[in-house]
Parts: sequence; structure tokens; C-alpha cells
Amino acid sequence: MRNIIVPLISGIVFGIGLVIAGMTNPAKVMGFLNIFGNWDPSLMFVMGGAIAVSLPTFLFIGKKMQAPLFNKEEGFAQQLKKDIDSPLIIGSAMFGIGWALVGFCPGPAIAALTQVDGNVFMFFIAMSIGMLIKKII
Amino acid sequence: MNIVNFTPVESLLGGLIIGLAVAILYLLRGNYTGISGIYYNVIAVNKNGFVWRLTFIIGLVIAPVLLSFFPYKDLGFNMPTTNPIIVIVGGLLVGYGTQLGSGCTSGHGVCGIGRLSVRSIVGTCVFVGAGVLTVLITRSLGWVVL
Repeated sequence: MRNIIVPLISGIVFGIGLVIAGMTNPAKVMGFLNIFGNWDPSLMFVMGGAIAVSLPTFLFIGKKMQAPLFNKEEGFAQQLKKDIDSPLIIGSAMFGIGWALVGFCPGPAIAALTQVDGNVFMFFIAMSIGMLIKKII
Repeated sequence: MNIVNFTPVESLLGGLIIGLAVAILYLLRGNYTGISGIYYNVIAVNKNGFVWRLTFIIGLVIAPVLLSFFPYKDLGFNMPTTNPIIVIVGGLLVGYGTQLGSGCTSGHGVCGIGRLSVRSIVGTCVFVGAGVLTVLITRSLGWVVL
């Protein structure tokens, strides 16, 4: 349950949400970032809708539960960084530039693989290499 | 500023569904749905939690195929940038940047803001701000037409 069923369902539901929201369409994401031109505000509604569910999940429902339903062994994930340091700022800025150059963040790039498009595949490989470079350096 | 291609209903519905996926993984398994972190731990073959992370990624990949069996309003697929150098540089920046900044749109934007984490709110403002500036520049240079 906790290693196959739950993550599989969550992944499928997440991917369906991304497609319905329009996040797997790079033109739509770049349209959102084009605030000073022809602006498409839709992405604000994607984030707003997602946070409308995630916020009560973390702050209210999760707090009332002793442990996750199918994972009493490990419990809720802990050990999250709190400090605002230069890796956060520099890394997020680099991510934002790459996101705006092509219109893909990691989730949609993975969900768009089934478009079977050479440019999506090229972006996906470069993103994977970028992640592994960070591990080596 | 002109408002174009605005799809508030579809995007709000998609956002709520994304939130549902976040709630499923957290309340049933206890993990945050930060996709850059989940995917990185799969390709780095981190044995600790490998199976659930791989299963999540498989779900993400097959989701559009499953959805294609149902009628829904397709918001299309169009890559305004197809220059291979820009695509590769963009991919490298997204991969390296999300690992250095420890989060992407899902980890910082949806989960972090959902926990009211100041660190994630700052991260989200930085990547959205950097994205807005980048589009302003690439559009001015004529690299992309939006």
C-alpha cells in the first residue's frame, strides 16, 4: 500500500491535474511569466487551487493525525530547512531563468514525455544531467 | 499588459486536483510532493525510499495517457522555444537550480507555501521573479514571440 498503491495514485492524480491545468503546455507557462506583455494569469489559479487543498492538509488535517494512515513506521516527513541562505536564492533564480527559457518545470517536463516530442526529450535529459551535476560538484 | 488565453475554470480545477495528489501522498504516506526531489532521488538511485519515488514518477508519466481516454478540454501543447541550445541550457538550469535551491514549483510553490514556510515563500518569489525578468529579456531580444 505505502510503496506502490499510494504513490502510484498520487502520481497519476498529480499528472492529471497538471494536464487539466494547462501546465504541460510550455506556451501557457511562458504566457504567465509574460506579465509585461500578453499576460495569461491562469497559473495563479493553478497555484491558488493547489494551495487551497495543501494548506489545510498540512496545517489542520495532518496536525490532528498521529501518523500517516498507511505509514505508521516512518511517520510524517520532518527535517525541512528553514533558513533563507544563498543556495536557496541562487538556485531558485537559476531555476526561474531555465523555467522561463523553455516553459517547463520538473513535473510537467516528466508528464509531457508522452507527447513523444524531441524537444521535450532533450529538455528532460538536460534537466536530469543538471541535477546530477549538482550531486557531483 | 493585455490579458490573453485566460482559462480560470480549467486551471483552478487542475490546481485543486494537484492539491488532492499532495494530500493523498502526505496523509496516507507522510511525504511532501516535491517533484524535483522525488525525481532526483530516483535518478541518483538513492536506495532509501527508491520504490515509492519510482512508482510516483511512473504515475506522473502515465497520467496523460490515462486522461486521454476521457473527454476534457485540452489546453494544447506548444513550445515557443525550440532552439536546441536554449532548450538544453534551460534544462540544465532547471535541473541544477532546483537541486541547489532544494525545490521547484511543487516543493516550494505548493507544499512549502501550504506549510506557510517563509523559506519556500522566498524561493517561490525568487523563481517567479527571475522567470518574469527572463521572459521580458528574451522577448525583447526576439528569441521568443509571445
